[in-house]
Amino acid sequence: MSRLLVCPPDFFGIEYEINPWMRLSNRVDHERAVRQWHELMRVLEQEVGVALERMSPLQGLPDLVFTANAGVVVGRTAVVSRFRYPERRREEAHFEQWFREHGYDVMRTEEGLYFEGAGDLLGFPDYWFGGYRQRSDIRVFPILSERFHREIIPLELVDSRFYHLDTCLCPLSGGELLYFPEAFDSYGQMAIAERVSDGLRLAVSEDEALKFACNAICIGKHIVLPVGCPATQAWLHTRGYDTHTVHLDEFMKSGGSAKCLTLALD
Amino acid sequence: MTSEHAMNHSQERVALQGHIIDSLVLAKVLDLILMMGGTFDLEDVHIGKTREEPSRARIVIRTASKALLDDILKAIQPHGASVEREANCCTKPAPADGILPEEFYATTHLPTQIRLKERWVDVDGIEMDLAVRVDEQRGTAHTIPMGEVREGDQIVVGREGVRVTPLQRPPERDVFGFMESHVSAERPHSHVIADIASRMRHLGEQARLGQAGSNVLLAGGPAIIHAGGREALTWLIEQGFIHVLFCGNALAAHDMEAELYGTSLGYGLSAGRAVRHGHEHHLRTINRIRAIGSIEAAVTSGVITHGIMAACVRQGVPVVMAGTIRDDGPLPGVVTDSVQAQSAMRAMVPGVGLALLVASTLHAVATGNLLPATVPTVCVDVNPSVPTKLADRGSFQAVGLVMDAASFLAELARALGRPT
Repeated sequence: MSRLLVCPPDFFGIEYEINPWMRLSNRVDHERAVRQWHELMRVLEQEVGVALERMSPLQGLPDLVFTANAGVVVGRTAVVSRFRYPERRREEAHFEQWFREHGYDVMRTEEGLYFEGAGDLLGFPDYWFGGYRQRSDIRVFPILSERFHREIIPLELVDSRFYHLDTCLCPLSGGELLYFPEAFDSYGQMAIAERVSDGLRLAVSEDEALKFACNAICIGKHIVLPVGCPATQAWLHTRGYDTHTVHLDEFMKSGGSAKCLTLALD
Repeated sequence: MTSEHAMNHSQERVALQGHIIDSLVLAKVLDLILMMGGTFDLEDVHIGKTREEPSRARIVIRTASKALLDDILKAIQPHGASVEREANCCTKPAPADGILPEEFYATTHLPTQIRLKERWVDVDGIEMDLAVRVDEQRGTAHTIPMGEVREGDQIVVGREGVRVTPLQRPPERDVFGFMESHVSAERPHSHVIADIASRMRHLGEQARLGQAGSNVLLAGGPAIIHAGGREALTWLIEQGFIHVLFCGNALAAHDMEAELYGTSLGYGLSAGRAVRHGHEHHLRTINRIRAIGSIEAAVTSGVITHGIMAACVRQGVPVVMAGTIRDDGPLPGVVTDSVQAQSAMRAMVPGVGLALLVASTLHAVATGNLLPATVPTVCVDVNPSVPTKLADRGSFQAVGLVMDAASFLAELARALGRPT
C-alpha cells in the first residue's frame, strides 16, 4: 500500500508572498481550507486506498502543509529540502526531525545548494526530471543522480507561475505524462518529447494548467486532481485512469494543489 | 588585428556535469555563449556510458572583453556551468646569470597569460621561444631571453597556470582575415598587394596620430637593391609608410654604393652590366662611411643624398643593422654581436602593427621569431622556401608572396600612390 506524508492545515494561511499566486490581501478562508484538506484526505484514504502519515503542524509555518517540499524519499533515505526563500527555511528542521523519528537516513545537500524536494524532482521508475532555475539549483541533480544511480534530466522552469516542476509536469504510472509545454523553454520541450512519445503525452491547456491540472496525485490507476480540468480528465479516461476531483482553491491561493499537499514515502 | 586587440581577449574555463546531453542543457549553454557573442572550445567531453552515468564537459569560453565574459558567466551559471578553480603558475629562481631553471616554460608567439595569486595576468612582450619572468610584487609578467636572465629572477616553470589564447579571426575581411598560411607562386599578387597597401595607408594615418601599434616594419635583404627595388623603397620611406627598418650590412652598403657609384655589388644599376673593378665599389663605400664615422653623418654632411639610408635618416626611421660572419667592413652602426642585435630588434617590436619581410631569409626568419602571432606579416621572396619556412613555424598571420623584391615594392608603392 502506498504511503503519503501529509500535514493538517491548522496553521495554513498566507503570511508572505514568494510566488505570483500569493497575495497577502487574498485571505484564506480557514474553515474552507480545512474542509478541502479533509476531503482530499478522505478521497486518498477511502477512494484511492493509500495510507497517510500525518505530521504535526506548527504555528508560524503556514506552508508546512505542502509536504511535497519536505524533501524526496528514495527507499529508506530522505533528502531534506533546502529552501530558496528564508520564509520556508524554518520548515527544514521540522521535516528533518520527522524523517529521523521515522527511521529514515537523512541526507542533506550543502548549504546554499537549493533543492525543494519532490516539488522539483519527479519522474518515472527508471529516470527522473529535475526542475531548476525558479527554486532548485541545477547543481543538486548530479549529486542526487550519483547517490541514487538514477538519470535526472534537468528542465528549466521559465514561467514564474509554474515555479515548481510539480505544478507543470506530472508523470503517470502507465508511462504517460501530463505537462504544460509553455512552462519550459524549447530545449526542455524537446528533451521531454525525446523521452515521452506523442501518444503518451498530454499537453495541458493553459486554462487547465492554471487550475493545476498537472498538480495531480497518481497512485496506480487512480488520479486525484483539482476540479475544473475536464479536458485533462477526459484524456486520462481514454488512457484507462479513474479520476477523483477535489476542490482545493483555498490552497491555490498559495500556489499549491493536490500533489503539493502530499509526499510519496514509498 | 593589432596585438592590443588580441590581449583584450578574456577567457574562462567552466565545467558542466550531470545529464546534460539528453536534457539539452549542454546545447543550451553553448547556444547562450554564441548568442551573447562569445566563442567556445569544448574540452574533455565525457558522455556517460549508461543512462545513469552522468556526462561532463569542460568549456573554454572566449570573449572580446572581460565585461562580456562576466555577462556570459552570469547567464550560464544558473544552468550549472561553474568556473573551474585553476592553479596558480609555479616559478623557480634562475640558478645563475644566463641560466634558466630546469622545466622553464618556453613561450609560443601567441597571446599568453599566467595565473598569479588567483588572477590571470597577461605576459608582456610575447615572442616565441623565450622564458617568462614574474615580478610578484607588481603582479606582472614579461618574456625574457635566456641570455638576459639574472640569478634569482623568478621564472615560470611547468605548464600549470599558463594559458595560451589561439588567435581569433580578425574582423578585417582582407587577405589577413583568412588567417591561413598562404604561400603560392600562382595566386594573383595584385589583390594581396592592394590589401597590404590599404593596411599601410590606415597604419600610416594612425602613426601620424601617434597611436601605439601602428608602425610598419620592413626587414629586407640586399636583393632589394640588386633587383631594382631601391627607388620604390626609398619612396615608401620618404612618404612615411615605413617606420622601422631591419637589415644587414649589405643592404645599407649597396644602397649607398648605388648612390656613390651607380652600381650594386659592382653591377651598373642603369646599364645592367658589370662595371670594371665594380666589385670594389661596396668596399670603397663601406670604407668611406667608416671614415666619416656614421651613416647619419654621411647623410647630414651631404655625401649621401638619396636612397634608402638617406630616407631613413631624414624621416627619423630607426634602422637596426644586424651583422653576419660574411660581412665586409662592417659599416658603422652594424651590431656584430648577434645577441645584442636581437635585443635591438626586440626593442622595436612593441610598436609594430605590420611587418614586411622582403628578400632575406636570415632577416625574415629572425624577425618572424621576434613577432607575436598577432602582428600581420608579409613575407616576400622569389624562393618559396622562405615564406614556407615562416608559415611552417606557425606564424599563421603570415602571408607569403613568391615574387621578386623589386616588383613587390614597385607595385606596393604604386598602390600607395607613387607616380609611375
